[in-house]
Amino acid sequence: MSSDIFQDIKNDFPIFSNQINGKDFVYLDSAATTQKPNDVIDSVVHYYKNCNSNIHRGIYSISIEATELYEDARSNIGKFINAKSSHEIVFTRNATEAVNLVANTWASQNLKEGDSIILTEMEHHSNLVPWQILAKKLNLKLNFIEIQPDGELILDKLDNLFQENAKFLSLTHVSNVLGTINPIKDIISKAHEHGITTLVDAAQSVPHMPVDVQDLDSDFFVFSGHKMLGPSGIGVLHAKKTLLENMEPFLYGGDMISNVSLREAQWNDVPWKFEAGTPNIAGAIGLGKAVDYLNQIGMDVIHKHEQELYNYAIDRFSELKDFKIFGLENKHSTGGVISFSYSDFHPHDIATILDGESIAVRAGHHCAQPLMEKLGVPATTRASFYVYNDTSDIDKLFNGLQKVRSVLT
Amino acid sequence: MSEDIYKEIILDHYRNPRNKGSLSNAEISAQDNNPVCGDRLSIDIKLEDNVVSDIKFDGEGCAISQSSASILTEMLMGKTVDELSKFTKDELLEELGTPSLGPARIKCALLSLKVLKMGTYQYLGAELPSDSDN
Repeated sequence: MSSDIFQDIKNDFPIFSNQINGKDFVYLDSAATTQKPNDVIDSVVHYYKNCNSNIHRGIYSISIEATELYEDARSNIGKFINAKSSHEIVFTRNATEAVNLVANTWASQNLKEGDSIILTEMEHHSNLVPWQILAKKLNLKLNFIEIQPDGELILDKLDNLFQENAKFLSLTHVSNVLGTINPIKDIISKAHEHGITTLVDAAQSVPHMPVDVQDLDSDFFVFSGHKMLGPSGIGVLHAKKTLLENMEPFLYGGDMISNVSLREAQWNDVPWKFEAGTPNIAGAIGLGKAVDYLNQIGMDVIHKHEQELYNYAIDRFSELKDFKIFGLENKHSTGGVISFSYSDFHPHDIATILDGESIAVRAGHHCAQPLMEKLGVPATTRASFYVYNDTSDIDKLFNGLQKVRSVLT
Repeated sequence: MSEDIYKEIILDHYRNPRNKGSLSNAEISAQDNNPVCGDRLSIDIKLEDNVVSDIKFDGEGCAISQSSASILTEMLMGKTVDELSKFTKDELLEELGTPSLGPARIKCALLSLKVLKMGTYQYLGAELPSDSDN
């Protein structure tokens, strides 16, 4: 049933009507960023062409329309992750900015010398570096949940980690390198038993599977719009409302205030307290449209589609000599990501030769250098899938990989 | 950018690297990494009367970075220290036969030159010019 929906889906994405290097474009780097459907592009164009104006203050018609579109996008996104209220949705630039927001507000206010922050060994640099800096500033300890070679977290030592002044846990929902889905609901519940506040980096989960923040019971939850068909420069922080209400603002300026005199100011209500200055209005509207588009297909259908592609790819690639998929034994994969090594060919050579076939893959450390170290490789090649991919893309990748071998040997 | 950059000379040096290894008691010795792709490269140079008498490179990485290092070692044999310090990226790229590598891969090709310059300037006790990796 799902294949019917996905058959003509490339037609919704104008980039696939272009030829690149004289060949049909095969895009397999959606874990980095996704292509945009016409609906999203049109909604951004509509804003700039028809109701471009600032929000929350204009008395005139188009400003009212722009404000409605911006706030409708907020409630749309809130419903998409089942937030209790749209007021729990703060717009940021991306997941990275959302992590930095929490580090600079809640964590700076509530963590003190000797406290420890728990992270995992599979974090993207965006959920690692902000905590390294905060730890240096406040003399905090960083402790890590280790991973097994198959890419799953080692959870039997959790009780030890959760003792010892552990106050905060920040971890990824899905690995951007291995596609592992971490059992975050259980981990969060255990963390809460120890009074630990939690942040989930959902940049790789929200785009690819149904996610319910009330069910997960996360305290903070962050993701990026551009990884889920939305524009770049728009991201989301979801947080429980009581947390947001007790946090100091992140940035100060216009729109985040309720009252200002020469020497002091009072803050606006949440979430606007955290949205200083004119925000990325077009970006938010575009992300709201992206959510509509994903909902039309259904997140469970998308998840299943990616798993079907993953299984097809694994089957196909088993014919290739010296082809190794990292985390293949892992039973808890999204199916959206395949990180591999291929003979002793360097990932950059693989990616360059595939580019000649108009196939876009990622080569490098995927902003996860500690994980690369754990896997014992300087870099991997990564193919990642999304709604617009089909088995023909995987066939073309297969042919491209054979070409890699013929060029380099 | 495509497989067109994999010219015969690059593939030849990639498959059969020249001057691979290390030298003990080298007068000039340096190493560096390309953090984007994890390429690692070291160069050791023995001097006699200020002239390169032996040269080795070692490392791991993509075909472009490793073949460029291999080709560079062949080009430098017999050169004076002064010539090493003045060696240009254009000379190396011309030998590689790939003038248009693109911004992502040119760093791979020039890693060997960067390591050479680091080592040479260190030997001379001079400051590395800021545009030396361009």
